[in-house]
Amino acid sequence: MPGLGVVLALGEAPIFRPGDRVRVLARAPIGHYRVPLYLRGKQGVVERVIEPAAIDNEAEGYGRNAGLKRHYYRIAVPMKVIWPNYPGSPLDGLRIEIFETWLERM
Amino acid sequence: MGGSHHDHPRAEIGQAEPPGYYEIMETAVRELLVEKKLIGPDEIRRQIEVLDSRTPALGAKVVARAWVDGEFRARLLADGRAACEAMGISFYDDTDLIVLENTDKVHNLIVCTLCSCYPRPVLGLPPDWYKLKPYRARAVSEPRAVLAEFGTIIPDDVEVRVHDSTAMVRYLVLPRRPEGTEAWNEEQLAALVTRDTMIGVVPATIGRMPR
Repeated sequence: MPGLGVVLALGEAPIFRPGDRVRVLARAPIGHYRVPLYLRGKQGVVERVIEPAAIDNEAEGYGRNAGLKRHYYRIAVPMKVIWPNYPGSPLDGLRIEIFETWLERM
Repeated sequence: MGGSHHDHPRAEIGQAEPPGYYEIMETAVRELLVEKKLIGPDEIRRQIEVLDSRTPALGAKVVARAWVDGEFRARLLADGRAACEAMGISFYDDTDLIVLENTDKVHNLIVCTLCSCYPRPVLGLPPDWYKLKPYRARAVSEPRAVLAEFGTIIPDDVEVRVHDSTAMVRYLVLPRRPEGTEAWNEEQLAALVTRDTMIGVVPATIGRMPR
């Protein structure tokens, strides 16, 4: 609510909003991360913010930052963007949930 | 069938071969956890009971309720987990649930390319093919070909929307209610809703169902 002068902590509010264009980072850290390789580097649109913020299982899985929560987004990506030679209808698409740490604004 | 009994020998029930690498690892980790009192044997047994109590019959009840009750359907699509919990289905694994409604414009299909994420609280254990690499890879790269192999042909003017489960969110497909079932009650409708209709590989049909 504007006018209250309330300052949110870093990371408290989601950075992205529905409709924002984002790119999945093309990082390749060692270990198991829940962002499939076929989507890294691909562009999509934020469809919704998954509320409430979720425990970052990537950090949790490696015993770091236990209990840390991160914003989590449902991302829409057209099949043609993922697979340039996609054989199906141009209407076809994919939905997936990705943590904020794996997304950058376009 | 000519004979009245099967005369081929039955496979021996029991373990004939030495345990494999992962079997040994599972036993070792389980025994260590029990020995260190992190979990007890009763908790393991109880968890198996939890899993055994979850079958596609639960999901079918959810779908049938959504077909007959518009208000419930709206709540289910807005917050799948809360609507299922209101029916008494608990989410023991603390996953979220997004329910995906099939329409004349969109056909939904679920997959977990990374492993075998599946809406276990409402459907129980996934079928083996769901966990194997051919389905996991092809569902996201050529979903229409995969659907065709299940006998499901989706017209080109209908969007095929594939949902890849990654961490905390699970999906359940709400299939379309078959035509000609307007007079059916909730229990009759639930009998039409199979596991595969809720994964999205086939539509719900009245084809082979006795009335």
